[in-house]
Amino acid sequence: MTIKLLAASLMTLMLATLPAHAAEESATLAKIAERGEITVGHRDGAVPFSYYDDQQKPIGYAMDICARVVDAVKAKLGKPDLKVSYMPVTGTTRIPLLVNGTIDMECGTTTNNVERQKQVTFSTTNFVAGIRILSKKSAPVASMADAKGKTVVTLSGTTSVKLINAANTAENLGLTILSAKDLAEGMLTLETDRAVALIFDDVSIAGAAATSKAPQDYQMSSDPLSVEPYGIMLRRDDDGFKSLVNGTIEGLYKGGEINGIYEKWFTQPIPPKGINMNFPMSAQLKKVIANPTDDPNPDLYR
Amino acid sequence: MLSGFDFQTIVHALPYLFLTGMSFTLTLTLCATIGGMIFGTLLAVMRLSDNRILSVIAGGYVNLLRSLPLVLVIFWFYFLVPFLAQWLTGSSSPVRIDPFWSSVITFTLFEACYFCEIVRSGIQSLPRGQTLAASALGMTDRQALFYVILPQALRNMLPLILTQTIILFQDTSLVYVLSITDFLGAAAKIAQRDGRLLEMYVFAAVVYFIISLIASQAVRRLQKRVAIIR
Amino acid sequence: MNYHWNWWIFFEPSLDGTNTYLTTLFWGLGWTAATAVVGFTIALVLGSVVGVARTAPIGWVQTSGMVFVEVFRNIPLLVQMFLWYFVLPEVLPRDAGMWLKQFPNAQFYTAAVCLGFYHAARMAEVVRAGLLSLSRGQKMAGQALGLTLPQTYRYVLLPVAYRIVVPAITSEFLSCTKNTSVGIAIGLVELTGTARAMQENTFQVFEAFAAATVLYLALNMVIVFAMRSVEKAAVIPGLGNRIAGRGR
Repeated sequence: MTIKLLAASLMTLMLATLPAHAAEESATLAKIAERGEITVGHRDGAVPFSYYDDQQKPIGYAMDICARVVDAVKAKLGKPDLKVSYMPVTGTTRIPLLVNGTIDMECGTTTNNVERQKQVTFSTTNFVAGIRILSKKSAPVASMADAKGKTVVTLSGTTSVKLINAANTAENLGLTILSAKDLAEGMLTLETDRAVALIFDDVSIAGAAATSKAPQDYQMSSDPLSVEPYGIMLRRDDDGFKSLVNGTIEGLYKGGEINGIYEKWFTQPIPPKGINMNFPMSAQLKKVIANPTDDPNPDLYR
Repeated sequence: MLSGFDFQTIVHALPYLFLTGMSFTLTLTLCATIGGMIFGTLLAVMRLSDNRILSVIAGGYVNLLRSLPLVLVIFWFYFLVPFLAQWLTGSSSPVRIDPFWSSVITFTLFEACYFCEIVRSGIQSLPRGQTLAASALGMTDRQALFYVILPQALRNMLPLILTQTIILFQDTSLVYVLSITDFLGAAAKIAQRDGRLLEMYVFAAVVYFIISLIASQAVRRLQKRVAIIR
Repeated sequence: MNYHWNWWIFFEPSLDGTNTYLTTLFWGLGWTAATAVVGFTIALVLGSVVGVARTAPIGWVQTSGMVFVEVFRNIPLLVQMFLWYFVLPEVLPRDAGMWLKQFPNAQFYTAAVCLGFYHAARMAEVVRAGLLSLSRGQKMAGQALGLTLPQTYRYVLLPVAYRIVVPAITSEFLSCTKNTSVGIAIGLVELTGTARAMQENTFQVFEAFAAATVLYLALNMVIVFAMRSVEKAAVIPGLGNRIAGRGR
């Protein structure tokens, strides 16, 4: 009994001193504590990672993981009633808004790579995607070479832009490359035949096709053109916050909770239309879960 | 063509389009008009002041922003305002500003330049004798400005100011480039989600058209009524 | 501020591997200028026709001129851009729609045509104001000389009206140049678009937008200087009431 009491009072003491402590080790946590609010950046059409349900509320796999992070922040700061606000971002706005302090973390489909690490940093990898090509069955595009001389669309500010440009130059394809501002606009461009192919991360284009008007009209190329490790995007030079985020994610991996979250979004019907992604966990992601890492090097994930 | 037009989509989307989208658009228009008018009048007074430094600063600001496309200005301020706020408040990290207020600040700072030019020409259109008469009556410069010059200038310029507000109302649609849900953003979201772009874009166009047309007709009528007979 | 400045970024190779970011910005500037010139040419021609129609003494011609102006003036430019780009091909017959969609450089032509119609509505008002500012005697004199109505417009009214409204044309052209940036929403890679793309790939937000700002200012100055010589040449001695623009 006394031990329990002692432990409880110790806990209270710890919690009471933590905010001040947190402020010392993390600018982000200090800011959250000071404002009593944490802002989560999310995408508006990245099914099933981060998108709107029919009440226009952001939901998804990445949002679920971020919800755990938010819980951890609440516990760490001892503020169970911390206000959580959500803010939609795009490929264009996500990095500037994170750097300029508008959002505290970005939960979507952002690839962890070396170039981005110059301005931001990433949590432990929480998904591994690959870039593939989505096209209409009536005009199939199985490889970049098939699109020679035609118009393709991708999402602005993503790793795909770089990949397509590199292939375009290397293979002299003469592509016209459109940059849509989000997945919905990219899918719209393919749907309305403004482009013959949508080139982007496989899991996202599979989601876009599955939720489109006529899913059976589309096909996806079989071989991925790259490896894209996703992570929660965070501000640089804030190890205190980063280790809190990584600790939370690794906790989900160790306890196996991640499997439930994964199944909820990838192998079961999801809102708003009850579509099933049918996207079982890849060997690459299983490897990450067994040995968590936040390394941007794609070769480690192959 | 009309046979394939799905009115049902529009009817279902109405609450979202108007309660979320249009209310954002209208509030933004209102706030930016008020903010823009206040800041614009200040800029106009600065431009016309005898103080060279003030008039050069105001003139430079107005000419710079009037040379830039609104889309570029929107990107600039959206990313820059948190840093500016950090600098102004002396806070240790950039200040978070939500998309609505960020838009209000952007449009206020941008539209102020256009309001400034309207107010400036309004002040300049008044005969010099007005100022002289005010000083002859023993008014200070400030009193002359607030009691004699500005009321007349604003009255003369009211139609132009309201026309500018209608342009501002249309310009707010450009927040689309930031994925903010204004009226057009809401329509685009539904269009892309339900694959009903024809219906949603046409409906958006019709709504903007009706509101702008009614407003501009009202301004025209007002113009006849407020004209000061000289 | 943990922003990582890097002004050398302009000399680093851009995504296509061959050009530097600076070169891509100049390409963007080129597209901006091209879109503005083509768009404004359409606006001048179409705007003149509509402006004349609005002053013509024929009821239905006047009405259709007015409808044109009201429609294109009261719908936001961005919405018009979407209508031309996404909606028009859907309402056309299937083959015509497909032809439009597969058109090379479709974004450029769509943006130019859209800007052309949008600014035509505003040019029409400028031309109309110019025509209305002429004294009634001009028209009467023309017709007394035995000129038909079209001839009166062609040889008497329009030449004078145009010379009166040159300052307003300048500001419309400036505003048309700035409005090309709305083309970003349909994928036109003009100056703002290239700056945005540079920002997205290098994350050097402020450098990219600063460069775009400088280039816009330079473009603006070139237009203002060029138009100033046109204005000087066009000025009519003794005809003081010139119509200045309020464009944006």
